[in-house]
Amino acid sequence: MATFTDTARGGFRPGMLIYDTRYRSLTIQIAFLFLFMAGAAWLVDNTIDNLRALGKDFNYGFLSVRAGYDINQRFVAYTSDSTHGQAMLVGLLNTLFLAFISCVLATVIGVLAGVARLSRNWIVAKLMTIYVEAFRNVPLLLWIIVMMAIMTEAMPAPNAFRGEDATASMLLWDSVAVTNRGVYVPEPLFTRGLGDVDVGIFLVSLDLIAVLIVGTAGLYAHALIQRHAEAVQNATGVRPVTWWKSLAVLILPLLALLWALGFHLGYPELRGFNFQGGIYMRNSMIAMWVALSVYTGAFIAENVRAGILAVSRGQTEAAYALGLRPGLTTRLVVLPQALRVIIPPLISQYLNITKNTSLALAVGYMDLRSTLGGITLNQTGRELEAMTLMMLIYLVLSLMISAAMNVYNRSVRLKER
Amino acid sequence: MKKTLLLGSLVATGFGAGAATAATLDDVRAAGQVKCGVSTGLAGFSAPDANGEWQGFDVAVCRAVAAAVFGDPSKVQFVSTTGQTRFTALASGEVDVLARNTTWTFSRDADLKFTFVGVNYYDGQGFMVKKSLGVSSARELDGATVCIQTGTTTELNLADYFRVNNMSYEPVPIETNAEALQQYLAGACDVYTTDASGLAASRATFADPENHTILPEIISKEPLGPLVRHGDDEWADIVRWSLNAMIAAEEYGITSANVEELAKGTANPEINRLLGTEGNLGAMLRLDAPWAKNIVTMVGNYGEVFNSTIGEATPIGLARGLNAQWTQGGLLYAPPFR
Repeated sequence: MATFTDTARGGFRPGMLIYDTRYRSLTIQIAFLFLFMAGAAWLVDNTIDNLRALGKDFNYGFLSVRAGYDINQRFVAYTSDSTHGQAMLVGLLNTLFLAFISCVLATVIGVLAGVARLSRNWIVAKLMTIYVEAFRNVPLLLWIIVMMAIMTEAMPAPNAFRGEDATASMLLWDSVAVTNRGVYVPEPLFTRGLGDVDVGIFLVSLDLIAVLIVGTAGLYAHALIQRHAEAVQNATGVRPVTWWKSLAVLILPLLALLWALGFHLGYPELRGFNFQGGIYMRNSMIAMWVALSVYTGAFIAENVRAGILAVSRGQTEAAYALGLRPGLTTRLVVLPQALRVIIPPLISQYLNITKNTSLALAVGYMDLRSTLGGITLNQTGRELEAMTLMMLIYLVLSLMISAAMNVYNRSVRLKER
Repeated sequence: MKKTLLLGSLVATGFGAGAATAATLDDVRAAGQVKCGVSTGLAGFSAPDANGEWQGFDVAVCRAVAAAVFGDPSKVQFVSTTGQTRFTALASGEVDVLARNTTWTFSRDADLKFTFVGVNYYDGQGFMVKKSLGVSSARELDGATVCIQTGTTTELNLADYFRVNNMSYEPVPIETNAEALQQYLAGACDVYTTDASGLAASRATFADPENHTILPEIISKEPLGPLVRHGDDEWADIVRWSLNAMIAAEEYGITSANVEELAKGTANPEINRLLGTEGNLGAMLRLDAPWAKNIVTMVGNYGEVFNSTIGEATPIGLARGLNAQWTQGGLLYAPPFR
């Protein structure tokens, strides 16, 4: 009390900025902010000065200039006559595609390995421990290069499939060719297809849209059947048999649609230097996909294991006491609770995958880093522009993934009422 | 008040650090060595030998500059760069001169803000295939898988060539020469394309060079030469005239064997000026008078370097061709030393 009146009478003195705990933290924060801003200003000023000294300007005009190089894997129309901006888009889509398939496969691998590591079977548990420790503790770049080396060195060249005395043959009734340039698998073709529709930057296959619509409708019908069964079970205590109904609404309309469109498979065949036809999955893509998935899968496995262990043993025992079998216990009791622990670290694993796709340059996968940050940067010499643009794109991408995953996280979070 | 002072001094430091750097020659002298950007290993042009010493045709340019500046060709720090990193390395000052079979193009000169000081090898892009493929012309390569080094002019020439000839191809972009060769040898690509000199150099390192053939088509002009940053003409002059000294020395018949003899004075004033016994050409470059003599003594003239690194007596086995002196029907033509 005495001190309070004392300071009040003394008024404010500059020394109090340091010696008075009420102001000290504020002082430190302001001083730090100024230092930080000065540092940033110094960096920016230095950059501008150096650019001026080199006689370079800062503009993004190069994005509308003819690129002049070819890109092997492209989801949108692109030729060497297209612009650097279009090359960037091709690279971005390749990045997104790789990130997406890697996230899916990594999640599958991670969940399986995480559950298996908790298995009571000693061999399975130990094998998973070895997998997790081996993949988690070796740099990703090495795994990527190892996968690429396996693909190029251990697989036969397309030439080996040729002639009477071929040393290699195609798998699965001559439908899949595994070569050291990539894997060729059959592609879906439609003799009475609906064609494509141009949405400005790329073509969308109407066949694909039709299949998706019918598939979604089937899933919705399946959900309705389930809900009805639920209601019947609640009312009568007996769950009606639904599997054949579900199967029918899921499969039959799709089959009918595929028949109507004249669905058939286009098989790859050896013509000229390479296999032609079919879907060509390049070595670089497979190496990146597998390496990213198994590497990040090891981290996700640990997240999953942590999530499951976080659900107390009492929950499982209570479920057993209610008469639930182990499979149902895991699905209905353990996993929903474990998800709350698993999702947040899973978000950062997805972000890691997305950012780690930029290692694709090592095996020549034409992602954003290889197009915009690689060839375009090199041919135009716009290091600063290309790098800042690339950083911005990765930032936006990561924030979007993060936002989407947070929405999902909120939906599985414990709801307190 | 004090805070303003602090801020002011910080900003001043910023301006100070941002100001243009001193002349490259002074920096080089202060560092005691020339920082020279070379490839990550291309036999004959720039590759470390068994003792870890960088050797080769491009390396000789770096050594010539070091001989001119320091009178000691060993005062070079070699920095290996990929096709991707080379320009950034030069622009950022990581290296003082880039001697890395780099093609002189308009946009690299004008837009990337570099100065090409000359051409030390007139080259063109070619294709290498395995003989077992049975291909004898690049026109037969429709549908082939082609390994290319990314970030080079070859990738643009390739796109243009296949486009003009209405052929399709599958590009496999690869970062370094070594990785590209590994892919090519494993059969992951049918064709490897780069400058014809690079193809010959690479083929020489194969276990079975006789099973690989370089197709006759040369699809581009690739004048390869050393380059420096824009804006320091004095340093550019030193590198330019070091290269010219090697070329002129061959033209005038000055070799590492007879240079001591000729340096005592000859009847030819051009040779006297070049070797520093007459006039003060060295001083004009802020170098010692015997700068060019040092180059010829310690590194050799253009022909000697060519023959010992990539010439027909070496495994790489390149003929002089376009790279003969203008008096021999080639394109090498050093401006007069006067």
